[in-house]
Amino acid sequence: MERRRVVVTGLGAITPVGNDVESTWESLLAGRSGIGPITQFDASNTKTKIAGEVKDFDPDVYFEKRESRRLDRYVQLFIGAADQAMVDSGIDLDTEPELRERMGSIAGAGMGGLHSFEESLDTLRSRGPGRLNPLTIPKLIANMSAGMAAIRWEFFGPTNCTVTACAASANAIGDAAEVIRRGAADVMMAGGAEATVSEFVIGSFNSAKALSTNNEDPEGASRPFDLNRDGFVLSEGGAVLMLEERERALARGATIHGEILGYGMSTDGFHVTLPRPGGKGQALAITAALRDAELDPSEVQHLNAHGTSTPANDKTETAAIKLAFGSSAQSLAISSTKSMTGHLLGGAGAVEALACLLAIRDQVVPPTINLHTPDPECDLDYVPNEAREMDVTTTLSNSFGFGGHNVSLILGKHQ
Amino acid sequence: MDRLDIETRMKALLVGELGLEADKINNDARFEEDLEVDSLGVVELLMALEDEFGVEIPDDEAESILTVGSAVDAVIAKTG
Repeated sequence: MERRRVVVTGLGAITPVGNDVESTWESLLAGRSGIGPITQFDASNTKTKIAGEVKDFDPDVYFEKRESRRLDRYVQLFIGAADQAMVDSGIDLDTEPELRERMGSIAGAGMGGLHSFEESLDTLRSRGPGRLNPLTIPKLIANMSAGMAAIRWEFFGPTNCTVTACAASANAIGDAAEVIRRGAADVMMAGGAEATVSEFVIGSFNSAKALSTNNEDPEGASRPFDLNRDGFVLSEGGAVLMLEERERALARGATIHGEILGYGMSTDGFHVTLPRPGGKGQALAITAALRDAELDPSEVQHLNAHGTSTPANDKTETAAIKLAFGSSAQSLAISSTKSMTGHLLGGAGAVEALACLLAIRDQVVPPTINLHTPDPECDLDYVPNEAREMDVTTTLSNSFGFGGHNVSLILGKHQ
Repeated sequence: MDRLDIETRMKALLVGELGLEADKINNDARFEEDLEVDSLGVVELLMALEDEFGVEIPDDEAESILTVGSAVDAVIAKTG
C-alpha cells in the first residue's frame, strides 16, 4: 500500500518579527531583526539585556479576558498562531463535525509556563503554599498548548506534546505527520510556542554562557556563522502548521502550501548542552530525513539551519551538513532565520519550517543577517545579508535541542 | 463596612479580577450555573475574597458558598 501523504493547508505565526505569517515573512526577506532591549522585566541585574520579544501582542484578539487570564503567555501565543492557521486552512468543524474525531494536535514547548512558575514561586516564598492560585499547575505545565487547542476547537483525536528543548516544535511537526501517515488522524494542528523572556531564564542561560551579551547592538547580536558570534539571543513566539492527509485536502479543494516529505531524528549521546564535536549526531538526523523522503542530497536546494549563533552550534552544524550532504553541501543555500528572529526555543522549529514553506511558495530564500566576518570553520553558502531569488522545490530544516536531540524536517513543493 | 459597600467591592472584584460580565452579577447569581465559573474558578474567587476583605474562609464553609449573595453573607459574618 502506498504511504499516505501529508500536506500543509494552514499557516499561523506570532514571532518577534511579526504577529502573523505575512508580516513575519516580509521581515525575514527584508533582513529585519526583531531583537531589542528587554521590556518584560527590569533587566538591570542580568548580564544579557536584550531579547526577541513579540511586540504588541493583544490576547483580546484571540480570547475573552476571563479565558486569557487562565493561560500562560506561551499558550496564548500558541493558540493565537493556531487560530491563524485554522482560519487559513478553511477547515470548519461546525460544517464538518465528523472531522472532530479525526483531528488532533501535537505541540512543542521547550520549557512551558515559566512566567506563571516564577509568579507562583514569589507567592510561595512570600505568603506560603496555602495562597498558591488553583490555576498554577494548569498554567505552567508544558502540555497545555495542545490541550487548550483541543478544548478551544473541540476535537477529539490524538494530542501530544514534545518537550525536546529547542527541537520541540520540529519534533511536533514530524510526529504529527507520522500520526496522519499511519492513519490515526486526517488533520493535525502542529507546531509550538515559547514565552520565557524572564529574569529566571535569562539569568540561568547567562550562567551557562549560552547567550549573547552584545547589549550595545541588539540587532547585530544574533550573528550565526560569523566569527564574532557570542551566543544566542533568547526570543519568544511560535508557529503552527495545519497538516492534512493529501487526498482529503485535494478533495475539498484546499490551498496546499507544501508537503512534509521527510522526518529524521537522532541523538548526540554526548553532553547536556554541547553538540557532539564533528557533527556526527546531527548528520544522522539529516541523513534519516533524506532517507525518509527518498531523496538524494543533490535534490535539496535550501536548508534552514538551526544556526543559533553560539560558537559550538554553528561550526558543528556546518560539519554535520558536510557529512550528510557530501559534495552537495557546496551548492546548498543555507539560511539562519535566527539571525533575525533570535532563538524561540520550543517555538523555533515551527517558525523555521514555516519559512521553508514560504521560500518554496515565493521562490526566494531568506538571508542570514549580520554575517560580515566569515568563520573559517563555517565555510558554506549562508546566503549572507540579502534574500536570494532562486528555484526551490525542496528544503530541509534543522533543529537541535539541549540533551542532544537532533531533528531534520524536509519540506517540498506539492506536486 | 455596610452590605452595599461589600457588594460593590465584590462586584468590582468579580469583573476586574475574574473577568466576569458585570450585568450578570446579582445576589441570586449562582457561580457555576449562572456565571459559568468552574470549580477552579470558585477556589480562585474565594481566595480573592479573602485577600480583598482580610478574612479567612475555611474549606468546609466554602463548599456552601454557591451564590454571590452567600459570599457577601460570609464576608459580613466575618467582618461584623
